[in-house]
Amino acid sequence: MSDPLLAVRALDAYYGDFQALFGVTMQVGEGDVVAVIGANGAGKSTLLQCIAGAMHVRANAIQYYGVPIGNEAAHEIVARGIAMVPEGRRLFPSLSVEENLLIGGQLGRKGPWNLKRVYELFPMLEERRDQPAPSLSGGQQQMVAIGRALMANPRLLLCDEISLGLAPIVIRDIYARIPAIVAEGVSLVIVEQDIVQALKIARHVYCLQEGHVALQGEAATLTREKITAAYFGV
Amino acid sequence: MAGLVPAIHVFLVAKAWMPATSAGMTNERLRSDVEWLNTILQGILLGGLYAMFAAGLSLIFGVMRLVNIAHGDLIVLAAYVALVATETLGIGPLTSLLIVVPVMAAIGYALQRALLNRTLGDDLLPPLLVTFGLSVIIQNGLLELFTADSVKLNAGAVETASVSLGGGLAVGVLPVIQFVLAIAVIWGLQWLFYRTALGRAFRATSDDPAVAQLMGLNNAHVFALAMALSLAIVAVAGVLLAVRANFDPSIGPARLIFGFEAVIIGGLGSMWGTLVGGIIIGVAQTIGAQLDPGWNLLAGHIAFLIVLAIRPQGLFPKVN
Repeated sequence: MSDPLLAVRALDAYYGDFQALFGVTMQVGEGDVVAVIGANGAGKSTLLQCIAGAMHVRANAIQYYGVPIGNEAAHEIVARGIAMVPEGRRLFPSLSVEENLLIGGQLGRKGPWNLKRVYELFPMLEERRDQPAPSLSGGQQQMVAIGRALMANPRLLLCDEISLGLAPIVIRDIYARIPAIVAEGVSLVIVEQDIVQALKIARHVYCLQEGHVALQGEAATLTREKITAAYFGV
Repeated sequence: MAGLVPAIHVFLVAKAWMPATSAGMTNERLRSDVEWLNTILQGILLGGLYAMFAAGLSLIFGVMRLVNIAHGDLIVLAAYVALVATETLGIGPLTSLLIVVPVMAAIGYALQRALLNRTLGDDLLPPLLVTFGLSVIIQNGLLELFTADSVKLNAGAVETASVSLGGGLAVGVLPVIQFVLAIAVIWGLQWLFYRTALGRAFRATSDDPAVAQLMGLNNAHVFALAMALSLAIVAVAGVLLAVRANFDPSIGPARLIFGFEAVIIGGLGSMWGTLVGGIIIGVAQTIGAQLDPGWNLLAGHIAFLIVLAIRPQGLFPKVN
C-alpha cells in the first residue's frame, strides 16, 4: 500500500509547557479536500502550523508520502510541496500585489501555477497588480494570499480560516474557485470556523476539541447533532 | 535639495553683512564668496563618503532591524585588508577593491550565519551587545597585528589631481570619484531592492520573517546575503577612507557615528535620504572648519541635533 500524501500520526504539540494537541491523527490522500473544524482554541491553526513547519515536532509525527518531515524547517517543507495560506492573510505590506505573488513563486517549483494562471483564477487581481497589498479589500487580500501560496506549485495547500472577517458573499465567491484549484491536482486541508462552507467543500471532516480529534468522517455521513456534540464537547 | 540654492544665497548675503576683517573690502568679499562656495562643494563631496559609510548600516537595519555597532570598525578592517593587499601584491588601492570586496563580503556572510543570526529576535539588545563586543575585538585584533601607527594608502597622482571649474573653484579628482561611487552604490542598492528577486526577498523578510519562511525563503541565508552586501559596501568605504587620510585601529567608532547621523538625518528606510544626510553632515563640517578649524566635528554634530530637534523622523522617512 503506497503512502498517503500526508499522514499525521499521534501528533503532540506544545507552546512551552502548554499542550495544544494531544495525539492528533489525520490523513490526506491525493485529490482530497479535508476540513478541520472546531471552536476557537481547539488547536486547528496549531495543527496547520505543525504541518507547515512553523512549529517543530517529532519527525515521525508528520509524514509526507511516508517521509518524516515533523522537524523540518518551514522553507524546506515548502520546497517539498506544501504551501500555506496563513490565518489573517499576512501579506507583505511593503510589496505590491504582483510582488507578493512573485515571492510565492521564489522557489521556482515546477507546476501549472504561474502569474498568468493565478490572474485567470482571480481576474480582479490583475487590474490591481501594482497596487500596494494593504490597499486592497479583505476579500481581495485573501485572493492574493491564496494566489501567493499557489505560486509555490504545491501538492498540498493549507488554508487557515480563509473566511475570517469576510462578508458571506465574498466567502462564497472565494470558495467557488476552490474546485478549479483541486482540478489542477492540488489537495487541500481547510481550517474553517464557517461549518456550512466547510461541509459543502470537503469530503472528509475532522473536528477538533481542546486539542483532541473529537469526530471524523465523510462530510455526507455527519449529522448536525454529531457535529454539535463534538464541536462543543457535550 | 531645491532649498539649497536659496539657502546658499541667503548665507552669502548674510556673510556680506558681517564686518570685514581687512581692507580692500570688495575684492576680499568676492574672493571669500568663492572660498565659501568651495567649502560647500568640498562638504558635498565629503558627504558622499559619509553616505557610503551609512549605506551599509541603513541596509542592515532595514532588512533585519540589527544595529551594527562594529560597522565603523569593519570599515577600518577593510582599510587594513586593502593595506595588506596593496603591500603584498604591489597593486594600487583602486585595484585592491577586486580583493577587498569579495573578502569582506565573505566575512559578512560567515559572520551573520555563524554569529549574528543567533542574536536576532524580538529583543533589540543582544545584537547591540554582540556587535559591541565585536567592535572591541576587531580594534584590539588590528592593534595587535598592525600596531597603533597610523598608515595611509597611496593612490599616486590621482590623490592631488584636481579639476578647475572656473571662477576660482577647483575640485579634487579623488573626492569626485568618491562622490560618484557613493551615488553609484546608492543607485545600485535602490535598483537591487525594488527591481530584483533578491531585493524582493529582502523586503518580504524584513516585513514578516515568519511568513517569509512559510513562503520558502530561508531567513538565515537571506540575512547572511544582506550582511555580505553591507560589508561589500563597507569594503569600498574602507578603501576610500584609506586613500583619503591616515587611519589606525581606533578610528572606527567615529566613522560609525557619522554613518549613524547620516542615516537618522536622512530618515530610516530611505537610501537617497542617507545621501542627503551625509551631505548635510559633510557641508556642516566643512563650513564649521572654515569658521574655525576646531569646530568641524562639533558643527556636524550640531547639524544632526538641529535636524533631530525639528524633524526627529528624519527628512525622508519611509513609512514601515
